[in-house]
Amino acid sequence: MSKRDLVVIGAGPAGMAAAAMAADLGLTVAVLDEQPRAGGQIYRDVDRVPKGRGRILGKDYTDGASLTAGLRHDRIDHVAGAVVWAIEDGFCISYTKDGRGAQVTAERIVLATGALERPMPIPGWTLPGVMTAGAGQILLKQSGILARNAVLVGSGPLLYLLAAQMVRAGTPPLAMVETQTRRDLIGAARHLGGALRGWRYLLKGLGLLAEITRARVPRYTGAQNLRIEGTDRAKAVTFSARGTSHRIACNTVFLHHGVVPNTQAARSVGVVHDWDAGQACFAPRLDQWGGNSVAGLFIVGDGAGIGGARAAELAGRLAALKVAEELGRLSSAERDRKAEPIRSALYGELAARPFLDAAYPPCSETLLPADSTVICRCEEVTAGDIRHYAKLGCLGPNQTKAFGRAGMGPCQGRYCGLTVTALLADANGQTPDATGYYRIRPPLKPVTLGELASMEHVAPDAAE
Amino acid sequence: MKPVSPFLELDDTPRAEVTFDGAPLRLPEGANLAAALLAAGIDVFRNTPVSGAPRGPFCMMGACFDCLVEIDGVVRQACMIEVSPGLQIHRPHAQEADDVQA
Amino acid sequence: MDTDYAIIGGGVVGLSVAWGLLRRGRTVTVLDGDDGSFRASRGNFGLVWVQSKGMKQPRYAQWSQRSAAMWADFANELGDNTGTAVPLEQKGGYDLHFSEETLQATVAQYEALKAKLDGDYPFEVLGHNALRKEEPHIGPKVVGAILHHQDGHANPLNLLMALAADVRRMGGRVLTGKTVTDVSKPDAFRIDCADGTTLDADRVVLSAGLGAMQLGPKLGFKAPIRPQRGQVLITEKLPKLINRPSLIARQVDEGGIQIGATNEEVGFDDRVTQPGLSGLAAEAIAAYPALAKAQLVRSWGALRVLSPDGLPIYQESTEMPGAFLVTCHSGITLAAVHARVLPDWLEGTDAAPDLEVFSEARFAVS
Repeated sequence: MSKRDLVVIGAGPAGMAAAAMAADLGLTVAVLDEQPRAGGQIYRDVDRVPKGRGRILGKDYTDGASLTAGLRHDRIDHVAGAVVWAIEDGFCISYTKDGRGAQVTAERIVLATGALERPMPIPGWTLPGVMTAGAGQILLKQSGILARNAVLVGSGPLLYLLAAQMVRAGTPPLAMVETQTRRDLIGAARHLGGALRGWRYLLKGLGLLAEITRARVPRYTGAQNLRIEGTDRAKAVTFSARGTSHRIACNTVFLHHGVVPNTQAARSVGVVHDWDAGQACFAPRLDQWGGNSVAGLFIVGDGAGIGGARAAELAGRLAALKVAEELGRLSSAERDRKAEPIRSALYGELAARPFLDAAYPPCSETLLPADSTVICRCEEVTAGDIRHYAKLGCLGPNQTKAFGRAGMGPCQGRYCGLTVTALLADANGQTPDATGYYRIRPPLKPVTLGELASMEHVAPDAAE
Repeated sequence: MKPVSPFLELDDTPRAEVTFDGAPLRLPEGANLAAALLAAGIDVFRNTPVSGAPRGPFCMMGACFDCLVEIDGVVRQACMIEVSPGLQIHRPHAQEADDVQA
Repeated sequence: MDTDYAIIGGGVVGLSVAWGLLRRGRTVTVLDGDDGSFRASRGNFGLVWVQSKGMKQPRYAQWSQRSAAMWADFANELGDNTGTAVPLEQKGGYDLHFSEETLQATVAQYEALKAKLDGDYPFEVLGHNALRKEEPHIGPKVVGAILHHQDGHANPLNLLMALAADVRRMGGRVLTGKTVTDVSKPDAFRIDCADGTTLDADRVVLSAGLGAMQLGPKLGFKAPIRPQRGQVLITEKLPKLINRPSLIARQVDEGGIQIGATNEEVGFDDRVTQPGLSGLAAEAIAAYPALAKAQLVRSWGALRVLSPDGLPIYQESTEMPGAFLVTCHSGITLAAVHARVLPDWLEGTDAAPDLEVFSEARFAVS
């Protein structure tokens, strides 16, 4: 079994930055990442993107190449295509790569598993042709593919970014169906003071909106009663806005109303999480270095709470400093000296966040969907089912999982967990914290029994 | 007949011969399989084992498990596979289910 | 008085007993834990199983047989009452063997038990070829199997949900999120919960699984039980691959292949481990090689509730008459007798079964 000072899980901005800084400080590092190439979702395939596509995606994207370059280091082993499925004491990390099981041990772990799209259960959201806005971006970044007849539904900066990129590529969306209201924007104004420190983000947002407007993409705000029509595939989006019903025929629907931390790996090792009311999601309880209730493990990037790519990069560096200090490569004074400028940059990066969170809140009708709406895509469980199980005494999501299988499918609750917690909290009159979340166990991702069995006699120190 | 794709492809990449449910397809070599199938006009990748509902790619980042296909008898996420020549892609467990019915 | 019976523990054992008492017209209050409680009712393997039970105590074999025989009727009644079907298949089950020696040794044990049961122990031995006719996917390493015709399997989670629904439908009170901290008997029973809830009851049934380790002594029980971890795997949903269940694997009604289970003495640690999962996967593939390509979707560790000899404990407290300890490892198999027969014992009717062999008297004072 191979050993490293540090294993970083995830090769997005946080993971790449943590790995590079740790290696610079003399640590041996393995970066395990599922994708064939480094970058995470935000810088997906940045190293092989053709020039023309880079122009469509913008400089914020192509800048990611400086981070992927940092992985090319003597002390960094970037294991691409590695699907981590278990993290056990020690630390011992089990993963599969190319159909074979493997393990690596580490003195310290940095989890940089990023974000997931916030689940957006509306009628019809399981139909082929309905995807997340993140998926739309990935199609463009990695494959150079654009939807010809798409409607964008939801709220938030990512929706504008995707729309602007589609405009640049010559395939503007048919419409933007936005769920935020004027009242949300007014309410967000109290965060403007902080946001002005993050003016760069606000300016970018205004630029994107101007591009969308110039392309005459119809925008509807305050949209309600969202529904996607179709039997075998998406055919149209219907909604109401300002008292009028609308129907827009389309082939593709991109949904988005924010991203939330991907907490699967952290929860699987027992990291304590708390409800973050501002971002309406669970986030790990962390100290200023990304440390938490599991000694030796650090969480950085959007998996620690949504802050965006630049903030992720900075948090990754902070965790690397702490790991290096714990492993004797830095004095605590050196650590703190190096951390100071990073910390002040991080403060600036996060300044606009409360404004954005308030201006583009999650779409409320999808937080507590109507009874007939499917909320667990894998097992096809509806919101009404969950409410029924609450009446049968279910206080938390592990009980409803046993009763109705929500969260039992291959996605392991990634796209139903927050909805189930919200429905139960509402039905039982409890807080999200009291309601809790799924108990996440290995395998973090499905693994074939053959791959598992091939690890039966992996004796420690024998699998080099 | 090739289905009309609702997707526009920006670049022209060398193609690889593969099959989907036995039908020949030419997909860009090295491309993300889920994206390549979408661009080829295939939107329904599978039917769910629960209700038989049609599904296709949703998240494109390995999280949702809706783009499952079967390759060499193993059900995997199409969005986590790259196109290589000779891939034989099937809808999950479609063959075994047919065997049982036969 | 708040209630005739207070049932401490709202798992399958407690709810089965509550169900039976409600049917007899008793008022029942069930005190149940929360989302994070150790729950064998949620983690078990789902077998309704007779073979290998009671090899040293034929009365346990008979008790299991009696429950297995009542199970279908019980499941149907729950399904009719609640609209939640409780899938059950009782077409027999296997004990698979990878060596002739273990197969023959087990057969010898079964023959001895069969003699003590006056021949009521319907099993047959299948060699590899005969087994392959029944199970086309069986692997070459399996030399044979014992097919016991009284065995079967159920959906234990649907059983739990149907019980939860039917107990409520019949007027049972179920208090959720309760941790019982103390039970006293100033006059009637007084039950105190951590959140300040108190409950007065004529009688108390302690069916709290491992919770009885703490509460049992307060009620005058020895409650010599311990946790034993079992790791369990389940695959993606697959087309039909396995016809009959075994202790190694079964195909559940939704299509997944459930694979079990380890036996580990690790206290209250219910985590899964890579060596545990890998070992189970290897054994399942040895039995059914096609499983090598199946995706493992979930795994879990659950804690068995074990007495020193593995048998149930049914005991009325001598210190606090009216308090009963009901605990067992096989809450699914025994659900039907717990619902339909055990209430006679609690109530002391003429139909009460003789459960003396399951009393705590069998455990030496230490």
